Amino acid sequence: MSMFKLETKNANLWYGEKQALKNISIGIEPNTVTAFIGPSGCGKSTLLRCFNRMNELIENTKIEGEFLMDDTDIYDMDVYELRKRVGMVFQKPNPFPKSIFDNVAYGLRIIGEKNRNAIKDKVELSLKNAALWDEVNGILNKPALSLSGGQQQRLCIARTLAIEPSVVLMDEPASSLDPISTSKIEDLIYKLKQKFTIVIVTHNMQQAARVSNKTAFFYLGELIEFDNTEKMFTDPQNQRTQNYVTGRFG
Amino acid sequence: MKSYPYTSAKSTDKVFKYIALSFTVFALGILVVLLIDIFSKGIARINWDFFRNLPSRHAEKSGIITALAGMLSLLFFTIVIALPIGILAGIYLQEYGKKNRLAKFIEINISNLAGVPSVIYGILGLTLFVRILKLGNSLIAGALTLSLLILPIIIVATREAIRAVPDSLREGSYGMGATKWQTTSKIVFPAALGGILTGIILAVSRAIGETAPLLVIGALVYVPFIPEGPKDQFTTLPIQIFNWTSRPQAAFIVNAAAGIIVLLLITFLLNGLAIYVRNKWYKKIKY
Repeated sequence: MSMFKLETKNANLWYGEKQALKNISIGIEPNTVTAFIGPSGCGKSTLLRCFNRMNELIENTKIEGEFLMDDTDIYDMDVYELRKRVGMVFQKPNPFPKSIFDNVAYGLRIIGEKNRNAIKDKVELSLKNAALWDEVNGILNKPALSLSGGQQQRLCIARTLAIEPSVVLMDEPASSLDPISTSKIEDLIYKLKQKFTIVIVTHNMQQAARVSNKTAFFYLGELIEFDNTEKMFTDPQNQRTQNYVTGRFG
Repeated sequence: MKSYPYTSAKSTDKVFKYIALSFTVFALGILVVLLIDIFSKGIARINWDFFRNLPSRHAEKSGIITALAGMLSLLFFTIVIALPIGILAGIYLQEYGKKNRLAKFIEINISNLAGVPSVIYGILGLTLFVRILKLGNSLIAGALTLSLLILPIIIVATREAIRAVPDSLREGSYGMGATKWQTTSKIVFPAALGGILTGIILAVSRAIGETAPLLVIGALVYVPFIPEGPKDQFTTLPIQIFNWTSRPQAAFIVNAAAGIIVLLLITFLLNGLAIYVRNKWYKKIKY
């Protein structure tokens, strides 16, 4: 039994001719927050999307190496099953054009939950877990798109939590939000790691430092350095990492 | 430094504005003249009996009941046939079909089909439905012919509406473990429905006004009964109007004008409905 929740061994990925991931081996521990940082195009989002096989939606993607979750090969699993266990929050809030309630209930309904009370309870619990309940209690039938950007993003998190994944992938979840909404999301991430394993891609160095236990630095498709967040930001071993975290490039 | 001929550009701008304005006024003017002509001739003729009476040799006793009933039944069958096929074809082409050369080829051809003169569809309908399938000059043959005519419009409208749904919604759904069908039916289709409905209503208004293909397949110009089933013969309002205008007596011209007013109102209502549906939907769904 490996100590890792998610693990890749010698992972390579090509978009057509272009190699986006080069020989990446990384292990992500359960109930931690792991931050992926690096300049645009370094492969961090690509790697994130390997864990729930979202990269398969892009044509001409070729993949090599091992991707494991709980020691099971992700690419041998049923993709729909996998995505229920590995939830994802996207860069831009993307609530469905439905009511707040129906957004959170969506995942439950697609897995065939018919019991109205069970759905209702689950929606409430998920909204509470996403720290949105107090703001939307009583207006659950309103369109999700009437919420503010920050609320929409927390709604998307609630929607993901409702299907009880064990891993939550976050692709720059706060990059389109104002500082107050961002700090709410960060508080939420901090709280969620008790129950979930979280991997977050971010361009914001302070954010990585604030929310994560471990940080991985990517550059041009390679994993340059991976260590405890504190060490990465105070005493990085690689010159490139140091330049990046101190803001000298990227 | 070269000086920019600003004053000259400004006067060109003004001239162009007035040219454009005069053309607009011209086009609207013709429309207004036509409308005034028709309304002044026909409005007095519109009464309850006009809607209720069967066609007759006597202009003042003639009514549009058979034409109206024929047109509405024809529309009903056309919608029942064309809607599911058109929408499903549009969904398939946009969401499921591979985006290769064949798809491009099909796409261009469907767009071209939308521009084919309607009389060509009439000839196709005559050969295929009336003769080969031996449906005769029946309602169902007419409905099938009109379906062919509006299918490209519905397919193109469906594709456009589905294309406008942002990928982020699809990703959100796939990311939660939804299948392609769940994503398409529960997220993409509802989000695109406003646009699809608008396209459908416009296609239907097009079908309402069609005369040529129906004449070609042999829709009758004089039907003294209301069609009771899909195999019955039929006439429609545009054909009835066409018939009346070709009569020498002035009283029939009045009937034609009144028929045109009814037809205009129906088309107007449908277009209004299309705009209403679109606005209502887009207010609810702004992505």
